[in-house]
Amino acid sequence: MLEKVFLLICLSSALAEQLCKPDAAEGYKVRLSIKTALDDQAYMWDDNEMFLFRSTVAYAMRRQLPGQQFSVPNIVVCNETARVSFWFVVMSPDMGSLIPKQQVEKAVRMSRGRINSAFMLTDHTLEFIGIAPTLASPYTPDTPPWLIVFGVVMGVVVAGIIFLVGSSVVQKKRKKKQKSTDNNAEVNEEHSAVNEGVYNMSFTDEERITRI
Amino acid sequence: MAKTKDSGVEERPQWDNKIQYLLTCIGFAVGLGNVWRFPYLCQIYGGGAFLIPYLIALVFEGLPLLYLELAIGQRLRKGSIGVWNSISPLLGGVGIASMVVSFLVSNFYNTIMAWVLWYFFHSFQNPLPWSVCPLNEEHTGYVTECEKTSPVNYFWYRQTLNITPDIETSGSVQWWLVICLASAWSIVFICFIKGIKSMGKAVYVTATFPYLVLTIFLIRGLTLPGATDGLTYLFTPDWEILKNPRVWLDAATQIFFSLSVAFGGLIAFSSYNEERNNCERDALVVGIINSATSLYASIPVFSILGFKARTAYNNCLQDNILTLTNHFELPDQNMTLENYDDQFRYLQNKYPDEIAKLPLLDCNLQTYLDESASGTGLAFIAFTEAVIEMPGSQVWAVLFFIMLFSLGLSSMFGNIEGVLTPIYDLKLVPKWIPNQVVTGLVCLVSFAMSLIFSLESGNYWVEVFNNYVGSVPLLVIAFFEIVGVAYVHGMKNFSEDIYFMTGSKPSIFWKMCWMVISPLLLLGVFVAYVIVQAQTYPTYPAWNATKEPFPGNETLFYPNWVFAIIILLCVVPVVPIPLVALCRLISRAMGKTSTSARSDPNPYTNDAFEIEPQEPKHREA
Repeated sequence: MLEKVFLLICLSSALAEQLCKPDAAEGYKVRLSIKTALDDQAYMWDDNEMFLFRSTVAYAMRRQLPGQQFSVPNIVVCNETARVSFWFVVMSPDMGSLIPKQQVEKAVRMSRGRINSAFMLTDHTLEFIGIAPTLASPYTPDTPPWLIVFGVVMGVVVAGIIFLVGSSVVQKKRKKKQKSTDNNAEVNEEHSAVNEGVYNMSFTDEERITRI
Repeated sequence: MAKTKDSGVEERPQWDNKIQYLLTCIGFAVGLGNVWRFPYLCQIYGGGAFLIPYLIALVFEGLPLLYLELAIGQRLRKGSIGVWNSISPLLGGVGIASMVVSFLVSNFYNTIMAWVLWYFFHSFQNPLPWSVCPLNEEHTGYVTECEKTSPVNYFWYRQTLNITPDIETSGSVQWWLVICLASAWSIVFICFIKGIKSMGKAVYVTATFPYLVLTIFLIRGLTLPGATDGLTYLFTPDWEILKNPRVWLDAATQIFFSLSVAFGGLIAFSSYNEERNNCERDALVVGIINSATSLYASIPVFSILGFKARTAYNNCLQDNILTLTNHFELPDQNMTLENYDDQFRYLQNKYPDEIAKLPLLDCNLQTYLDESASGTGLAFIAFTEAVIEMPGSQVWAVLFFIMLFSLGLSSMFGNIEGVLTPIYDLKLVPKWIPNQVVTGLVCLVSFAMSLIFSLESGNYWVEVFNNYVGSVPLLVIAFFEIVGVAYVHGMKNFSEDIYFMTGSKPSIFWKMCWMVISPLLLLGVFVAYVIVQAQTYPTYPAWNATKEPFPGNETLFYPNWVFAIIILLCVVPVVPIPLVALCRLISRAMGKTSTSARSDPNPYTNDAFEIEPQEPKHREA
């Protein structure tokens, strides 16, 4: 009995290794750029990190195909390079068959955010070659911000115009009132001097010395 | 003084102080061209070597013209139309030409202000809207047009202008541009509401703020990586280029348009001066500050363009690094910008076949530096692209666009003044209409006319106006100005006028310039300009999103009807000069005396009672 189990495991792992190879039909290539993303806080990629990766993919498969108990041995990894890139294929929970590509893609797409955050990476630094990154929809506020700025500027300008025009109108009215009271006082003196015609500035005796 | 008021003559407005006057003239002369035209010319004409024709043109063409305009405005104390009518009735058309040109230029110039405002309004967002491409409708990818070119180009050509593929397709009026135009004209109106009283206060800000921002950008620019690339590129003199006559032509035209002469605005500004004011010193101050500003502005502009080129080059290299790292499965960040060359050579020796098959980009810093941009291309494409890469982009964008706006606004003051002062001097409007209403009407009419530029093909029309209204007519007007003063008014009379105003006669240098050198230079520039323009049928760069290869502009010929409009734009402003001369000659020949200059009393100078010029010891200069 025990030998049969051992045989099965050896066979299945051999089978799995055969199934996982570069350009495998149902496999995906993964590429990580940890240093680019994290700079000083970059962690080393080792077996523990690989274990985490396999478990996150298993988690993603569980979410996609509920009821099926995927676990770490179902995620087969091969061709690891120093780049940090590798190929992986997903086997069914009973290690009997490969999960087709589309299912894997859907699973990864659904849980992409969780997978990324497990590694503190983004769609661009943790790449699944062949699965396009989801584009973040830009934040569109209800009122475009530029209209707000426009409103502020125009409000100030219009208020300024109204104030300046209004103050000059008020000033003119005041002048008229003053003029009429002045006229009442001086009406006797200025009957001939009013219509002098053009004021001849040649006869002013201001010394026009430029101040500079 | 109550008697003065009752006599019914309005006192001519005066500047509060000399600083206001100087700042207004400097603000008028220093405009967008100092920032986005001069550095470009320096770049394409061999850097430091360009300064030689530029300075020669300044000394022999720019300064004499400037001095002339300031002097006659101050002496005759009228706007452009009144001044030329006073010098000779036959020359009255020169003033009308100035007024027409000022009006046309102010229309398209304020459209550029509207674009600056649009960008300013959009600078208060994170991320800046021209840094990312918008998603397409299905949210599956970015908009194709944006992907093919760049977010910056897309924002300018599509989201701002919504430009059509050619000038014949007009499209519709873009509402967002209309409200930006309305804001621009409202701001102009509020600054002009009390004539030069309000404008004189506004120039304290609009004329000085650009220098502050330029200094900030200078400091920021010089600390950016790649600044030295840009500066060495700009200032490395290429002496060979001086043999090219185009250089001299462009230097002369640049000085001429940069100083904003022949618009009538400078004459109007100096007419509000006191009579005895040293206009020679004013002219020198304004002219030299204008050129110094151009030089000063080119330093931050080119540091930032150098930064942009260096960043683009680094991005190009990073793309190559990524391609190589992915292909050869090298550890992440093993290949960096510093060791790129060594590593690349090593890989090339080891795997030459594989390298040959890889889609590697050819990264050349010189190519990026050679991408020259001027005009709106510099401000709205090159600079905005550079600003994205700088930390704290929003602050730099806001500062930059406020600077552009105040540069343009102070130039707009001169343009509007060139339209308003003749209206007042000609007494075209009855006295009971207050000045604010006249100013408001002028702004409203200009706003209505500039709605053309808010069409989808508006940018093409701005180019048409910019290239043809703001060039040939001004040269003609300036030529007639200088000939009119030097020969019709007479150098002797003019020297006397200057002696009256400044206390000393103009030196032999000025006289030589006014009588011989400047008219010849202007004539030469005009002829050369026309020849150069006439050599090729005029073309314009059009933005066509559906054409391959994209990105870029395709060069199209102007259709015939646009060509006719171009001819009209060159001729209509200039036509008043011969027309008015002809009319006056005819009416003089018919024996009418009402057109003689003596019969219109100039309330400010009564020539019959000329005061003897005071002794020079009164002058502190």
